[in-house]
Amino acid sequence: MILPALFFYLFAAVCVASAVMVIVSRNPVHSVLFLILAFVNAAGLFILMGAEFLGMMLIVVYVGAVAVLFLFVIMMLDVDFVELREGFIQYLPIGIVIGGIFLFELLLVVGAWVINPQVTKTITAAIPTNVTNTEALGLVLYTKYIHYFQLAGMVLLVAMIGAIVLTLRHKANVKRQNINVQNARTPEMAMAMRKVASGQGLQDADAAEWVK
Amino acid sequence: MTIGLGHYLAVAAILFTLGILGIFLNRKNIIVILMSIELILLSVNINLVAFSTFLGDIVGQVFALLVLTVAAAEAAIGLAVLVVYFRNRGSIAVEDVNLMKG
Repeated sequence: MILPALFFYLFAAVCVASAVMVIVSRNPVHSVLFLILAFVNAAGLFILMGAEFLGMMLIVVYVGAVAVLFLFVIMMLDVDFVELREGFIQYLPIGIVIGGIFLFELLLVVGAWVINPQVTKTITAAIPTNVTNTEALGLVLYTKYIHYFQLAGMVLLVAMIGAIVLTLRHKANVKRQNINVQNARTPEMAMAMRKVASGQGLQDADAAEWVK
Repeated sequence: MTIGLGHYLAVAAILFTLGILGIFLNRKNIIVILMSIELILLSVNINLVAFSTFLGDIVGQVFALLVLTVAAAEAAIGLAVLVVYFRNRGSIAVEDVNLMKG
């Protein structure tokens, strides 16, 4: 009984500490690395709660995709991050006041609140005890919530197309192959037969046409 | 010393507050603002999963999965907008976003 509690406090403490480092870190690259640490520890919390699939998903999606995307963008953009940190001290007091009030209220809500006993009787889809978490999730996700699942797929598709459309850039002065023009080219368009009189060479009129 | 629902909700509340605080503190750096939003969404996910497992209802995990999807899409679109903005203006300072001010 002591071990889960120990691991909860370990994961929670590291998660909160790295979340603090995300927002106060001087270097955005460090911020992203601390964000990864926060997500890995949150995945540990998920596994501790019994949601193994979501814990693994958190690592795959956030650490594998989102955090790497952040790293790419930070390293791609040549930004003076010292300049962007101006005003940090200026906003610190108001931020701490608002954050403190907010946290106080949230903890009050969490502390002074009990679950209605009726709630446990109106469960939509109870967690089955004889199958793994992944299987239990799949049994619900692909049957009862199939439309939400497909909607999530549409959201990802739109995001993918949107990101490509936004960042695709057509440079005007770059030469590109135009296959249609190449295929439509005939011998008549490409060459002209001329009878050249001996010792005279091409006449000016012929040469003009030749160049054209 | 059992770990109950309240413990997880407290962690989620702290993470949510840190996300809000991050938006306030890094008002100029939009990359850190995006990361703060990711923290907020993570805390929402912790809440959903905590309620799901402690009430024995798996639907919370289904919706946590959907939140995960939306968070990934939001990060991709946000960073794409950021890259386009940087190409146009040469900076990512939030205060320079006044092109539509007339």
